[in-house]
Amino acid sequence: MKILVCIKQVPASSQVQVDPVTGVLIRDSNNTKMNPYDLYALETALRFKETEGATVTVISMGPPSAAAALEEAMWMGADEAILLTDRKFGGADVVATSYTISSGIKKQGNFDLIICGKQTTDGDTAQVGPEIAECLHIPHMSYVDKIIEVKEKSLVVSVSMDKTTERWEIFYPCLITVDKGIYTPRLPSYKRSLTLKDYKIRMITFADLEDQNESHYGLKGSPTQVERMFPPQKNTDKEIWKGTNPDLAEQMIKKMKDLKIL
Amino acid sequence: MGKIVINNSLVTPEIGKSSVKICPFNAIEFDGGLLSINSGCRMCKICVRKGPAGVFRFEEDVVAAPAIDKSQWVGVAVFVEHNHHEIHPVSLELIGKARELVTVTHHPIYAVLFTDDETKMAPELLSYGVDKVYVYRHPDLTHFNVEIYANLMENFIDEIHPSVVLYGGTAVGRSFAPRVAARFKTGLTADCTILGMKENTDLIQNRPAFGGNIMAGIICPNNRPQMSTVRYKIFKLPEKTVPHGTIVMMDPEGLSFKTGLRLLEVLPKPKDMDISESDVLIAVGRPFKTPEQFKMAQELADLLGGQIACSRPLIEAGLVDPRKQIGLSGRTVAPKLLITLGISGAVQFAAGMRGSEVVFSINSDANASIFDVAHYGIVGDVFAILPILIKQIKEMKGMI
Repeated sequence: MKILVCIKQVPASSQVQVDPVTGVLIRDSNNTKMNPYDLYALETALRFKETEGATVTVISMGPPSAAAALEEAMWMGADEAILLTDRKFGGADVVATSYTISSGIKKQGNFDLIICGKQTTDGDTAQVGPEIAECLHIPHMSYVDKIIEVKEKSLVVSVSMDKTTERWEIFYPCLITVDKGIYTPRLPSYKRSLTLKDYKIRMITFADLEDQNESHYGLKGSPTQVERMFPPQKNTDKEIWKGTNPDLAEQMIKKMKDLKIL
Repeated sequence: MGKIVINNSLVTPEIGKSSVKICPFNAIEFDGGLLSINSGCRMCKICVRKGPAGVFRFEEDVVAAPAIDKSQWVGVAVFVEHNHHEIHPVSLELIGKARELVTVTHHPIYAVLFTDDETKMAPELLSYGVDKVYVYRHPDLTHFNVEIYANLMENFIDEIHPSVVLYGGTAVGRSFAPRVAARFKTGLTADCTILGMKENTDLIQNRPAFGGNIMAGIICPNNRPQMSTVRYKIFKLPEKTVPHGTIVMMDPEGLSFKTGLRLLEVLPKPKDMDISESDVLIAVGRPFKTPEQFKMAQELADLLGGQIACSRPLIEAGLVDPRKQIGLSGRTVAPKLLITLGISGAVQFAAGMRGSEVVFSINSDANASIFDVAHYGIVGDVFAILPILIKQIKEMKGMI
């Protein structure tokens, strides 16, 4: 069984501040980590490696520095790592990202199962997984919270919907996105990192891909454009109360009566 | 489309270092005295606007992408989600928003329904002011299937050419809308919180970026249809109106119902767990640690007919069920009454409760950011105020 896990390197902190005077974003630019949801995807794959003898390949797209996230995945137990990196891939939205990653996957050969995290913590769209499945013309299941059974030609999974839990059988080749909590991710192994000292992550650039039309990748291949960035609105219609605790409680009761809550 | 050009002759070490910090996507690099842009660039052009004078310049491509003929793409379509013929309210909220959007473009409003039986739902949709309800009826459509839904939506888009398709940001919408987007190679903006319309029919899609700390305004100027998902309870439920629209039956024959997925079983989740359905929520934060403290919060919730919810630190500490979490990584809620107890109000929490009608917030720190989103901010000790509140409400209710 060949498994592919898609991972992304994300900023370690979501605390972006907007300078009130200049309007410029203030952000710690050097601090990155593997998208936390991807740890669950990788752990799921590594369980398959242990129980089913699967091989686990990790793939990512990003600047050359994103290799750090792939290295971490290797130290956790992945067998092989691929980085799609090219200036021509830059500025990609969901559509261009999914197209590029699926092109890289096609180049890499056939996988039985592709596993993605539920979403990333920086983009938060939860769309790249399903869009990769569409580009590869394979079925997918989002929000898988449990692997129930591994069969020869299919997987039986539990899926967390809004009001129900559903059990689905999904036939290979297929893609699943997994929810946090499916398994507890292991830590990278220091011992393993030593054995991988000379391991070279495989780099795939634009020139390596079959589709050589530049307008399908990166910013040019992205239908959406960020028109502007702006700070969220603060609630200006508000009251702030200070005083002794009993007075504050009294004031709350009175206001709740006025609002007919009580 | 275009590119950012850097004039490195103006770059001093100070300019180089400060320029790196401007970019929200970490796409500017300064190495060996030269500035460069890496593949992280999203072309937001903030470096051109806010960067040191003359260093960053935006250069338009000479050959612009072929503009699509927007006049051929007409109508705002809403995908109607339903659970055994009960329409999900998010679909109605989206129809309400569509009614606002078309005041700019005078486009028709469409509802798109995939079902085994439309008799109850189609008239209901018309009563919300929809111009046309497009129905795909087929016995295999008793339950959601991501592949089949994508095929049907593909057919709808091919036949009708809507300018906009809106989806509820539910488990269903968030799973199948991306497949449609990838099939048409068009934009799908997830979890929009504000939608607007330009006269040229471009949809303005605003959503929180970077965990909700900043908003991004997104457009899809050269592709159609333009698509967005919107979470439940972000927009208001619209009023009913005098129906004027028609029901159009689409022919599903010849469409592919082939699927690599098989539904085995549907199990209900315990209903009382869903905080987004509750009219009253008492949200507790980091100061809550002991069973006595939680008991007090529960008592207030019981007296007000509400449920307990919480912020992320309590989930991480393992003190509360993860399904009770309000925030971007938890649930979006918009109750009639929200009382936050000792919650500091991180942006990701605020993004999950902005739609609440009345918000009381108790926090001892007068500078806590929760007071930016509360309607009534109470600067005080939550564990001193709570017992008094409980006692007074009990007295009012004649329980003491």
